[in-house]
Amino acid sequence: MSFTILGSLASSTIPLPLFACRVPAGFPSPAADHFEKHISLDELFDIRAPHIYLVKIEGDSMNGAGLFTGDLVIVDRGREARHGDIVIAALNGEPVCKRLHHKGRELILQSENAAYPARYILESDEMTIWGVVRYSVRDHAYA
Amino acid sequence: MRTPEPTFALVDCNSFYASCERVFRPDLAKTPIVVLSNNDGCVIARSYDAKPFVKMGAPYFQIKDTLSQHGIKAFSSNYALYGQMSERVMTLIESMVAGSEVYSIDEIFCDLTGQPGDLTTFGRSIRERVMMATSIPVGVGIAHTKTLAKLANHTAKRLLQHTGGVVDICDPFKRDWVLRNMAVSEVWGVGGRLTAHLQAMGIQSAMDLAKADPVMLRAKFSVVLERTARELAGVSCLALDDPDSPKQEICCSRMFGTRLTKLAPIKEAVATYTARAAEKLRAQGSLCKKMRISIKTGMFNPDEAKYANGVLIELPYPTHDTLLMTNAATYAVERIFRDGYRYSKAEVLLLDLRQPGEYTDDLFALTQPKRCEQLMNTLDSINARWGRGTLRAATVPIAPDWGMRREFMSQSYTTRMDQLWKVSAH
Repeated sequence: MSFTILGSLASSTIPLPLFACRVPAGFPSPAADHFEKHISLDELFDIRAPHIYLVKIEGDSMNGAGLFTGDLVIVDRGREARHGDIVIAALNGEPVCKRLHHKGRELILQSENAAYPARYILESDEMTIWGVVRYSVRDHAYA
Repeated sequence: MRTPEPTFALVDCNSFYASCERVFRPDLAKTPIVVLSNNDGCVIARSYDAKPFVKMGAPYFQIKDTLSQHGIKAFSSNYALYGQMSERVMTLIESMVAGSEVYSIDEIFCDLTGQPGDLTTFGRSIRERVMMATSIPVGVGIAHTKTLAKLANHTAKRLLQHTGGVVDICDPFKRDWVLRNMAVSEVWGVGGRLTAHLQAMGIQSAMDLAKADPVMLRAKFSVVLERTARELAGVSCLALDDPDSPKQEICCSRMFGTRLTKLAPIKEAVATYTARAAEKLRAQGSLCKKMRISIKTGMFNPDEAKYANGVLIELPYPTHDTLLMTNAATYAVERIFRDGYRYSKAEVLLLDLRQPGEYTDDLFALTQPKRCEQLMNTLDSINARWGRGTLRAATVPIAPDWGMRREFMSQSYTTRMDQLWKVSAH
């Protein structure tokens, strides 16, 4: 699996220092010129914004998309849901997490697990999109 | 260029508490909701669809049957949720306007002076943004004075179907229409008794008040009513308040969930309220020199002995130290507690608030030690990070038996990691 190192981000309330530098008395630190800001997951996920919410996932129907029971997802209510987005939707009053598909004029809530059929939205259904899933967080601690 | 006329918007949330309860409960979108006061005492908020069946302030035990008969769902008040949703709504609106004043948990005045473009369209965009980000419906009233903006907002709500929740009465013709069609009792700051007096003088509508002689109003009633009348006539007398002016007193008082007869749990309660009050004190950057602690029994039950007592404490120096204040408060409770009563309420009031360094009594007067400030900073940041009450004085219990009755409380969806909204992917 490949990964990319994130660049520096602005600081926020919970700073994770990129590198600590203690300034010895008398000598200016050679690192001082290269001092960077703090990385903040708050800011990366924009968690303090009024349109961002944290939600917990239960169930295995989205395993194929990498969402497992107990995962934390960061949900954005500030954007329009588009074809292909993973969404939190209220289907006839019941909240569900699915992938949204437009097929012609039809709307489909798709699971990402062969065990679950796609759910076509019928005229008699009432569906509202609650928000769009942007990121997910999982605890990888072994047992 | 001539300066633009002052223009205000009042944005308020529709049935705010009930709307908050619906945010994470899409299944209740069409279920009428009421929210109960502390201790599940009486109704303090109703959704629109519950209004025809339940009166404001109705005691819960009296309306239980009505609720189940009409399928109305009751909630205990979940102030953590309401406060957090309010913050979201206010943050959004503040980001859209030049100036604002949060007037209450669900109302905010905005300064729209000089705002270009059509104001109704702008009002609609506020409504849409808030709805999208929070799913909380708001109404917007726009006018040249705060009092008129409040009336416009009222009209927007009353004629929701017709107005789409936004009413702009900057235009004098529209303003006059609203004034003529609004009873004087609906005007901001005109209460029941005042209404009776005004009606006796032939002032029935808001328009009548706007046209009344201001000098007479001041002489007969008050300068406040005079100002209200001038504002109705379109002359702006009230500006947006300085939102940062710190409070002069801080109060934390609550009813106990059950009557208390022993000293120990009352001390716990007072310690808890003191901690909360001290937190508020530090949040506004003040120190306090005096505290008043009081306890009392229920005052309405004729079969119960009544007792109320309070004591004023002079602190050794202006302070915001939870530990020092808790010590003083619990000592005070010991002094005023009397055996044989059934206590229902305790109150902690912080008085004589000052800014640090504002003034010292004299050269040799004691001041708060520096290390105490550091300790309180640490305490606040730990509690901000891990949740209120993580670090606390040993007198403050985690789950008190005297805590409030909240049988129908919804989750802390937005403030507790362990109570987040769970969405099924089945």
